[in-house]
Amino acid sequence: MSDVISITAPMSDETVAKLKAGDQVLITGVVYTARDTAHKRLVDSMDKGEALPFDMKGQVIYYVGPSPAKPGQVIGSAGPTTSYRMDLYSERLMEIGMKGMIGKGMRDKKVVDAMKKHKCVYFAAIGGAAALIARSIKAAEVIAYDDLGPEAIRRLEVVNFKAVVINDIYGNDLYEIGKAKYKVAK
Amino acid sequence: MLKTIQAGDITKAVKGMVMNANTDLGADVVAAFKKGFKDEISPVGKAVFETLIENAEIAHAEKVPICQDTGMAVFFVELGQDVHIEGGLLEDAINEGVRQGYAEGYLRKSICDPFTRANTKDNTPAVVIVEIVKGDRLKIIAAPKGGGSENMSRLTMLAPSAGKKGIVDFVVKRCEESGSNPCPPVIVGVGIGGSAEKCMTIAKKALLRPIGSANPDKELAAMEAEMLEKINALGMGPQGLGGVVFAMAVHIEKHPCHIASLPLAVNICCHASRHKEVEL
Repeated sequence: MSDVISITAPMSDETVAKLKAGDQVLITGVVYTARDTAHKRLVDSMDKGEALPFDMKGQVIYYVGPSPAKPGQVIGSAGPTTSYRMDLYSERLMEIGMKGMIGKGMRDKKVVDAMKKHKCVYFAAIGGAAALIARSIKAAEVIAYDDLGPEAIRRLEVVNFKAVVINDIYGNDLYEIGKAKYKVAK
Repeated sequence: MLKTIQAGDITKAVKGMVMNANTDLGADVVAAFKKGFKDEISPVGKAVFETLIENAEIAHAEKVPICQDTGMAVFFVELGQDVHIEGGLLEDAINEGVRQGYAEGYLRKSICDPFTRANTKDNTPAVVIVEIVKGDRLKIIAAPKGGGSENMSRLTMLAPSAGKKGIVDFVVKRCEESGSNPCPPVIVGVGIGGSAEKCMTIAKKALLRPIGSANPDKELAAMEAEMLEKINALGMGPQGLGGVVFAMAVHIEKHPCHIASLPLAVNICCHASRHKEVEL
């Protein structure tokens, strides 16, 4: 595992190209939240030729449905949700410029292949460390689908948001690498 | 002698439990994190345990949810047959407690219609599993359960010929297929026997035991140890990033079954193993 790399979001192709599976990163900048139903609505809108609530170019999408903010908080607890449920929609978002996804758990092979093709990386944040993760979120604003409650799309300003690269654009997968390293031979 | 319990007192107790369960991890869970930190050999895995301990401390100190997924509200109720509930139905009283607790505690409302996906906006209805027991006490266990780990549940109706080996193989394979999805380090609940629904219920109930407490039945305790070793030998580790502590414990519960069947249920709990109980 390499040193911690600081990156900014939205991401450029140059940033994406230098990231390797296993790299620990600190993300600073703007990321957008979207999970199950928000993904479906985004892709439905694309099918109908409607404008999306934000420009996808270079964006990092964080799979999260935060708990409500208490008075004085910018956001409630905000850890990652499981990513495979977004697999069906991910390539469509890569086609219009998405460069990063933050979640937890393995992705479908089709998504991993699409990541190579469209130059997009997949990060994991620590699932369940939601009170701690919320501290790296400095501003949050619902920008679309307010009726979805926790599933609404939020624009987040993050500073030093901790994540690790799971899938890079070269076909490496940290889950496979890590497992192979510690698997006990039968 | 009949004992009367007010529905309002049930609501109050439930409200308190759902709020506390989501901000304060049990001492057994924190102890399991510390043990996991010691047992884990992967540096990344060790760092995960450190992060989880820090996260639990923040949640406790600031009274904020440990995890943003504050769960589907699941309750195990032991209702003494000499108890009379006055002022409303048991389930209504529990749902009202959920409604109040999830609002006042700033907990996420995660319950929706299966088709429209429209959120019920108050985290009801709760899932309430009632067992009638002797005596005049009412025990309520609140066990909020996150969707990520619940999605990894599986029920299979094995042929009796599959035997103990078939059971162990299925549970280990289920953990391997789950990978990092259920937020490891996990607790694996296993139900063996019963009918289909009984089997899953005892698998979930197994998760309520203090983490790492062996089943009093020696045969089951040995199976728990065997499964734990085999699951952790897969190398997936905390968060699936590689390591030797994917599971902190395996808890098995058993129930007699039909001569034609060998039901097996797996119900995995994430590291935020949340439950609180109260006796009225």
